[in-house]
Amino acid sequence: MTITEDAPTAGPEIGKARRRKEDQRLITGRTRWTDNITLPGMLHLAMVRSPFAHATITAIATDEAKASPGVIAVLTGRDLADGQGVVANAWPITTDQVTPTHLPVAVDRVACAGEIVAIVAARSAAEARDAAELVDVDYDELPAVLDLKEAVKDEVLAHPDLGTNTSAVWTLDSAAQGSGTDVEDEIAKAREDGIVLEREFRQQRLIPAFMEPRSTVCDPTGEQMTVWTSTQVPHILRFLVAATTGMPESKIRIIAPDVGGGFGGKLQTTPEEFATIAVARRLGKPCKYTETRSESLLSGHHGRDQWQKLTLSARKDGTVTGLKVELLADLGAYVGVVGGGVPVLGAWMFNSIYKFAAYHFTVRTLLTNKTWVDAYRGAGRPEATFAVERMMDELAAELGRDPLEVREQNWIRHEEFPFTTVAGMTYDSGNYEAATARAKELFGYDALRAEQQRRREAHDPVQLGIGVSTFTEMCGLAPSRILGALNYGAGGWESASIRMLATGKVEVLTGTSPHGQGHETAWSQIVADRLGVPFEDVEVLHGDSQISSKGMDTYGSRSLVVGAEAVVRAADRVIDKARPIAAHLLEASVDDIEFTAGRFGVKGTDKGITMAEVALATWTGHNLPDGVEPSIDADATFDPDNFSFPHGTHLCAVEVDTETGKTTMRSYVCVDDVGTIINPLIVEGQVHGGVVQGIAQALWEGAEFDEQGTLVTGSFVDYTLPTSADTISLVTDHTVSPSTYTALGTKGVGEAGAIASTPAVVNAIVDAVRHLGVSDITMPCTPERVWKAIQVGSAGATEGERGAAAHFDDGAPNQDSPQPSDTTEGGAQ
Amino acid sequence: MIPASFDYVAPTTVDEALAALAEHGDDAKVLAGGQSLLPILRMRLNAPGVVVDLGRIPDLQGVCDDGDHIVIGAMTTYAAVLADDLVSTHASLLSKAVATVADPQIRHRGTLGGALVHADPAGDVGAPVLALGAELVVAGPGGQTRTVTADDFFEDLFTTAVGEGELLTQIRIPKHTGWGAHYEKFVRVSHQWSIVAVAATVRSEGGTIAEARVGLTNMGSTPLRAVSVENALVGQPATDEAIRAAVASVADGTNPPSDLNGDSDYRRHLATVLTRRAVLAAAGA
Repeated sequence: MTITEDAPTAGPEIGKARRRKEDQRLITGRTRWTDNITLPGMLHLAMVRSPFAHATITAIATDEAKASPGVIAVLTGRDLADGQGVVANAWPITTDQVTPTHLPVAVDRVACAGEIVAIVAARSAAEARDAAELVDVDYDELPAVLDLKEAVKDEVLAHPDLGTNTSAVWTLDSAAQGSGTDVEDEIAKAREDGIVLEREFRQQRLIPAFMEPRSTVCDPTGEQMTVWTSTQVPHILRFLVAATTGMPESKIRIIAPDVGGGFGGKLQTTPEEFATIAVARRLGKPCKYTETRSESLLSGHHGRDQWQKLTLSARKDGTVTGLKVELLADLGAYVGVVGGGVPVLGAWMFNSIYKFAAYHFTVRTLLTNKTWVDAYRGAGRPEATFAVERMMDELAAELGRDPLEVREQNWIRHEEFPFTTVAGMTYDSGNYEAATARAKELFGYDALRAEQQRRREAHDPVQLGIGVSTFTEMCGLAPSRILGALNYGAGGWESASIRMLATGKVEVLTGTSPHGQGHETAWSQIVADRLGVPFEDVEVLHGDSQISSKGMDTYGSRSLVVGAEAVVRAADRVIDKARPIAAHLLEASVDDIEFTAGRFGVKGTDKGITMAEVALATWTGHNLPDGVEPSIDADATFDPDNFSFPHGTHLCAVEVDTETGKTTMRSYVCVDDVGTIINPLIVEGQVHGGVVQGIAQALWEGAEFDEQGTLVTGSFVDYTLPTSADTISLVTDHTVSPSTYTALGTKGVGEAGAIASTPAVVNAIVDAVRHLGVSDITMPCTPERVWKAIQVGSAGATEGERGAAAHFDDGAPNQDSPQPSDTTEGGAQ
Repeated sequence: MIPASFDYVAPTTVDEALAALAEHGDDAKVLAGGQSLLPILRMRLNAPGVVVDLGRIPDLQGVCDDGDHIVIGAMTTYAAVLADDLVSTHASLLSKAVATVADPQIRHRGTLGGALVHADPAGDVGAPVLALGAELVVAGPGGQTRTVTADDFFEDLFTTAVGEGELLTQIRIPKHTGWGAHYEKFVRVSHQWSIVAVAATVRSEGGTIAEARVGLTNMGSTPLRAVSVENALVGQPATDEAIRAAVASVADGTNPPSDLNGDSDYRRHLATVLTRRAVLAAAGA
């Protein structure tokens, strides 16, 4: 389905594919990103960063840098030690979590390459960079732990003073919490008379790679310190700066102007933000820091990075009885703001849409001497969805049955909603049968299966594979009570205010912080319908703590399902406040007033008054009912009762060139159910972007470090981000099962595509070459890995061995391809 | 990132450019299209005192017909090469290779001569220039010129026969009018440097290969020409089976790099597959 903007029509705004009102200023470059902000007397900062993964700082010589032209100051961590704040972890997942102190600028020791050790402030950015090259830092290198499985052994410690690399162990068990049977019992039964599948998957490390590099401008000269920063979380930053520096929160103003993408990469409160604030305050002058792309790839937080060990038990008829999940999750050198919570967000999702009797989840989070890891589009749920959807394909292969049929045998049927899962989550609504049926139809599933069979029989060098992903996810973070129970450091509510202007125009203040999502357009559509005012009359304001003072910001597909729900409630309060004024002006009883399409009418008459007229009358205050304040403005704060559970069926066909191992996308169909759709064009954009990001994990992206802990994929030459030239046209459609937890019936859509698509692609590749003896390929599925898997598989597999359960006791993961060499010598690129 | 500061000169004639190079010696770097030099400067991997920009020398741009050769000015952009009828008619292999270079923005900035002198073995123009038997005209101090064959031009990784104080001015390509051509490039994402690529151009006579030229990209420290394969192809019918046999040894003796995109064994395997495909396509099979 290709969506184009509807011709202007009457009728409700919700459901209209409006073009985004933000886009003109964004696309024409008229907006001002943080780096465009220039203040009188502003200084520019350049960071001196550690080239070593783990080292003691023995000396820092700054004299030469200080003497460099234009330099105002060169400051080390020691210089800033007091008052530089601390980069905080807001979610200690266990009460005994081991959390290394994360100073914005290192003082004695660096724990990963790229860590800041000194800052130069100069008159120009060029002078700052020149001087930064002159800062001479002496390091004593320490042994670095880089590999997750090595880190478990605690032989080399990422932080020697902590005595262990394990930060926390977090468990969810269906027998222990009473939501299901005991997984060990189910596995034991299946070993006797059933099927046990053991698999180990690698979730490679990814880099969020947002388009706009991070940038911060701090002006400390006013009564309030003002910080412009390229962030998803201006409100959380304000709180954490206050909490860790001792500055009164009331003296801090944070502004997130237009922000060019985040994908979770900007939900961090960063060392660079804290350092810029610290230097500006120290010098009493406005300061700007904008990172280079190389700095962004190295020192912005990374995502994913897990080893996933899975044991699935099933009866011989294909009914899954249990799933046991054991994760090792790499935190990198520090525990980020959400940090260890990211894999925990996957804990409720490995069981996905299925009715497993027993379930067990354990994650061990580990510290290593690599770039820190935190949320990246999907945060925990893509990892879970990948694992379970790979396992369901493995089960189908083991049974010799169609993977959709085996899924359907195990999934929650639409008449069973609301359904409480074995992990303890209650899904409100969904229809997996309907989404799957529609996806199969759009995909031409049966015809592609027939073509696949023909190609196999003909030994075509280009084989066809079909991959399935029937996903759900939990988003709309989050009910505050649940967050409290999980030891999270904040609530999950969202705030909104509506200001009714004298001229009938409407200002909507939202606590969400858009960075590409199109909130201004969608919120305008919602408010236009709710208040009966023209779309064009609604202005959406956000991202400045002086304007939108309360909020929990934007991540976890929460803005529409939490933030817009607050907007709806504020709008309803505006109507409630306007109603007695309208009744008074119409000389009618409040009980006789009806509000429809922006007009307060008197029942049974043609008398009425518009919302704009009420707003003007309120503003003049000349003729209001006794005791009524001259304001119809309203605030609302919404705390959801539950998460939002979008779902969908994604089908992917790939062609694998068995001579080279290269995968080419042939067809991709996704039918998502995101509940009620406010703006189909925006939803389409979210699905496209998310799906491609998920495909990129399957095929192209991966952050790789060498044995010294240097990021090898430190530029876009080596971190192979796809472009539109590498993707195909996606076929998208929707089923609509409205959420029962939101007034609008919406479910989150920001991450769904990225959560769903990765396993669809890998399943398709494995499906293309499974008959050649391949049962897994490590991501990213590079041509080399695919080709080598075919070589090993074709040489080593016999008919009887295919799909046989791998046993963890053998030590190695069940990867068919040997790990390719990560060496880069001789690489001319 | 911001480069270290440097002086900038923009001569308008080759003689002025040579004089600038003579004056500044190894403190000078030549700026052609800047698609490799600028990232190097911005990442501070090099900090020349002077950058000599060749972009304002009209004599170095454009394509002309010179009897049995076409002559391409060293500062002709990829986009100009791609749009040129002389090139597509008489050296279609070069057109096809240039069409695969990076993306349109880079093709409008990057130049043929700049890429050849930069001599990245993963670059896409070395192999076709080698396969087409081009001659490269190099101007030296005082303005005298010498001609280097493509076989002698590429010396090592990022090293060519163009010496200090010299400039590549022209690429002279013998006309291969009527030859079939194909550039088979293997990448993971479209804008990437070649993992391996094969440049093949073939003159066919009634379904039989009469002459063949084959160049390899990123199979060693320089672009390589597969002479033994060229010889083995002569007289072969343009069939999958015949060509498969003739190109089977194409990777013998090569020493390609190992990196995240593949180890050297995989690259050697790729070279045989890609050469077969390139020759088949060039032969119109």
